[in-house]
Amino acid sequence: MPQTLNYLRETASQTAGPYVHIGLAPGAAGFEIFETELGGDIAGPNAAGERIRVEGTVFDGTGAPVKDVLIEVWQANAAGIHASPEDPRHAEVEDGFRGWGRVISDFDTGAFTIETVRPGPVMGRNGRMMAPHLSLWIVARGINIGLSTRMYFGDEEEANAADPVLNLVENPARRPTLIATRKNSDGAPVYRFDIRLQGDAETVFFDV
Amino acid sequence: MTTTEFFQRDRTLHPPALTPGYKTSVKRSPQHALLSLQTSMSEITGPRFGHGDIGPLDNDLILNFAKDGEPVGERIIVHGRVLDESGRPVPGTLVEFWQANAGGRYRHRKDTYLAPIDPNFGGCGRTLTDAEGYYHFRTVKPGAYPWRNWVNNWRPAHIHFSIFGTGFVQRLITQMYFEGDPLIPHCPILAAIPDPEALDGLIAPLDMNASIPLDSLAYKFDIVLRGRRSTLFENRLEGN
Ligand SMILES: [Fe+3]
Repeated sequence: MPQTLNYLRETASQTAGPYVHIGLAPGAAGFEIFETELGGDIAGPNAAGERIRVEGTVFDGTGAPVKDVLIEVWQANAAGIHASPEDPRHAEVEDGFRGWGRVISDFDTGAFTIETVRPGPVMGRNGRMMAPHLSLWIVARGINIGLSTRMYFGDEEEANAADPVLNLVENPARRPTLIATRKNSDGAPVYRFDIRLQGDAETVFFDV
Repeated sequence: MTTTEFFQRDRTLHPPALTPGYKTSVKRSPQHALLSLQTSMSEITGPRFGHGDIGPLDNDLILNFAKDGEPVGERIIVHGRVLDESGRPVPGTLVEFWQANAGGRYRHRKDTYLAPIDPNFGGCGRTLTDAEGYYHFRTVKPGAYPWRNWVNNWRPAHIHFSIFGTGFVQRLITQMYFEGDPLIPHCPILAAIPDPEALDGLIAPLDMNASIPLDSLAYKFDIVLRGRRSTLFENRLEGN
């Protein structure tokens, strides 16, 4: 018998369930308990860059909106820097920029909204730049393990065409599931990004 | 700080997306294979939290919503460590938890179970692990509750957990169960876990040594997050 490696094994995931809001967004569950709820402000007041708004809905395999979903967002700032010590430039992020937030869908319509700043391009593997994107993590009742995906920006055509992750999607017809479309609006740009858990236009999800 | 990647996630110990015994998963499960992605800066980084983010009573569910008394139920302490797959503690990470009250009712506008709301119990809390990865909180033991899946489905008593780690791809939501609960083998959400050892890893043993005589029982629940590679090949991520 060889020696054993003695690694521990990751704790198994379980669904966040229908009452995830109690723990992660108690205001939405219907009560006030914490002095501050976490994740309400992704970019903070001092972030440089363009303020944007993302609107979308998560749909299930029947085409019905998922009305009890919780989405976490993780992103770089406008200069492409993450507020995390693993990023060698993290000390340069604006005061108050966390780059992380959580949003929930409306209980009646399933619509969600993300308010943040447009991230900059981020260095990918092997020295290849990645187009600006938001990393998203989706949990809900019926989802046994959180789903990871990305949202790219439809008005970054050139950067998207060169993006090493979008290019990994073998069927080009599925790439648009990762790209938000810019809508006309007065003031701050608004992007539309729907997520389909299943069905004809199923969103590309990652094993990261 | 060195930028290092995570071990590949071992998906054989997690429930797959489609588990027909848990009916809601049927139409909420992707059917395409997940696209395997080698991690980049977007994945190995993750949010950090500090003591400024949380309040002093956030890890005390007996007091953090108390109005005119303390909540009804069996007083318990839940404690344990957050480790990674290499056995290293994960210090300073945010652990969030939520649960039903002792009668099995959630303080949630969507919960209509006939057991009463406890006026002194909110049912959520959060804390940061210490330098050795330890966390603890005080609460009352949650009750079992019925749910609409089969006609007669009951969730075993459980506490929901959310853990961050250091990179966004270490993010984990899970549930802790209680040793000896006879509902455990009847639960389709637990049965979704294909690996019996992984399932056992969600069951917290009674920990008499950590109980407080004449006050509270204790349960121990350790949590393991994905491991991070150490220094080997650390330069490969950025290429050259
Ligand atoms: Fe529950």
